[in-house]
Amino acid sequence: MNQPASSTQAVYVYEKPVRLWHGLNALGIVALTITGYLIADPLASMGGEASDHFLMGYVRFVHFAAGYLLAIGLLFRLYWAYAGNEHARQIFLPPLLNRNFWQGVGHEILWYALLVKEPRKYTGHNPLALLAMHFAFVWGTLFMIVTGFALYGEGTGRGSWQYALFSSWVLPVFGGSQSLHSWHHLVMWLIVCFVLIHVYVAVREDKLSRQSILSTIATGWRTFKDDKPLDDIH
Amino acid sequence: MNETFYDVMRRQGITRRSFLKFCSLTAASLGLSPAFAPKIAHAMETKPRIPVLWLHGLECTCCSESFIRSGHPLAKDVILSMLSLDYDDTIMAAAGHNAEAIVDEIVEKYKGNYILAVEGNPPLAEDGMYCIIGGKPFVEQLKYAAESCKAIISWGSCASWGCVQAAKPNPTRATPVHKVPGLANKPIIKVPGCPPIAEVMTAVVAYLLTFDKLPTLDKQGRPQMFYSQRIHDKCYRRPHFDAGQFVEHWDDEAARQGHCLYKMGCKGPTTYNACSTVRWNEGTSFPIQAGHGCIGCSEDGFWDKGSFYERLTDINQFGIEANADAVGGTAAAVVGAGIAAHAGLTALKRAKQSGAEQQ
Repeated sequence: MNQPASSTQAVYVYEKPVRLWHGLNALGIVALTITGYLIADPLASMGGEASDHFLMGYVRFVHFAAGYLLAIGLLFRLYWAYAGNEHARQIFLPPLLNRNFWQGVGHEILWYALLVKEPRKYTGHNPLALLAMHFAFVWGTLFMIVTGFALYGEGTGRGSWQYALFSSWVLPVFGGSQSLHSWHHLVMWLIVCFVLIHVYVAVREDKLSRQSILSTIATGWRTFKDDKPLDDIH
Repeated sequence: MNETFYDVMRRQGITRRSFLKFCSLTAASLGLSPAFAPKIAHAMETKPRIPVLWLHGLECTCCSESFIRSGHPLAKDVILSMLSLDYDDTIMAAAGHNAEAIVDEIVEKYKGNYILAVEGNPPLAEDGMYCIIGGKPFVEQLKYAAESCKAIISWGSCASWGCVQAAKPNPTRATPVHKVPGLANKPIIKVPGCPPIAEVMTAVVAYLLTFDKLPTLDKQGRPQMFYSQRIHDKCYRRPHFDAGQFVEHWDDEAARQGHCLYKMGCKGPTTYNACSTVRWNEGTSFPIQAGHGCIGCSEDGFWDKGSFYERLTDINQFGIEANADAVGGTAAAVVGAGIAAHAGLTALKRAKQSGAEQQ
């Protein structure tokens, strides 16, 4: 961040709605992970009368409310992929058939294996990041939203739209409620792993890559540390 | 030959008063309004009695045991006389060749007009030789009886899902009724549970016989009136769940107080059945009320989903028994350690590089 900005012009990558969504989404994931874990493995028991407490009720409320926000956020984000700039589309449509893209993935792996001296230079996500964003984050979140609403529909019951739209077909696909709970729990761990790696590489790339990272998600502007040509695939 | 249900009951010595009482109780147990009692009475007075053929495959007879203990007043007498239990090898009077002849007789005489109740399931391995009825594999008897029946009732988890004999590795290839290849395409009502609740069984039969149509079924083929809610949804311990009051050990104060058994692996939140409303043994109790969590016996494949005392399914693909927490927690720990190591290596390499640049 504190490197002298290169004379290459800065690019406006993340528009305001994307940045806002990123922040709310991150908060949502943190809230969902904590409350979700506490639903599966509740806190120590409360003493006294049941009428004095509503702890599980509150934990579940936060989980469901955050789940709704996550789902609505993703819907909005999908809309913005259509309405926003070309970078807003990137994580939804990785160029999986592009040879250069896969060469970029290879180079990025070598870079993380500390085997090449210099990373490539990108305006958007680097190819490896894009793969992780698309497969772990986008599909992972979608999986959690679909299974989450299916589990929620079990509570709201037959006749609710959650049951009709999700539970009615998701439950048989997973072979029952218990298996569905277990899958929902397992993919939570996938997202936890994604978040750990995401935060680590964002900090690392901010220091070592040839473009700005952390300031970009805050301001939207990508700045570059050198004047060499870009490696983006268009 | 075209006796009505009412005729049969009167012949069995049941008074009209008892008959009407039965009709209103049946209406109540089916969740119908009191206005339906006379309709049931009318149906039973006018409709010819439908015979029920009750076959037994690989099973433990717990369904029959449950059924004959129906606490629904009079159901024991009335349902048993409604069902022409001409053939139910556990409780019928006939034996040997005489008994087997009855199956042929019903199939011939009531073609397309009898209910086939199946308790247990057929093993398909070795051409079905693991279950022999009257010298022939059970799967043949099942297919034969299903060919000309009106509808099939799959009693219990065996017939509905497979249950213990179909648990991994299922050496006899025990197969639930709806998955038997070559079975006639007939409507199948699944009444899962190990065993199903007696009142649920009698109500399903009463519904079929009185209304002459299937009760509303869900996507998995279970009657909605009994299987549309989870044990957890109507559990009398639910307020303790919402309050966050859990039994942590079998002998702690919370266990004595009757708090929620969620942490003891209760499957109430993932099990669709009517135990918490209808209960067992004339409404006396049900497992959770007795202090033990639900084991989810009416769910598909409940034997293969790990311990009765854990809420997460075991993942056996990883070689050792693990669950989502073990697998996911380990993965997160490995990723965390990997990040730390990677950060260390990166720093080391940077230090080396800058050292080299300075020279």
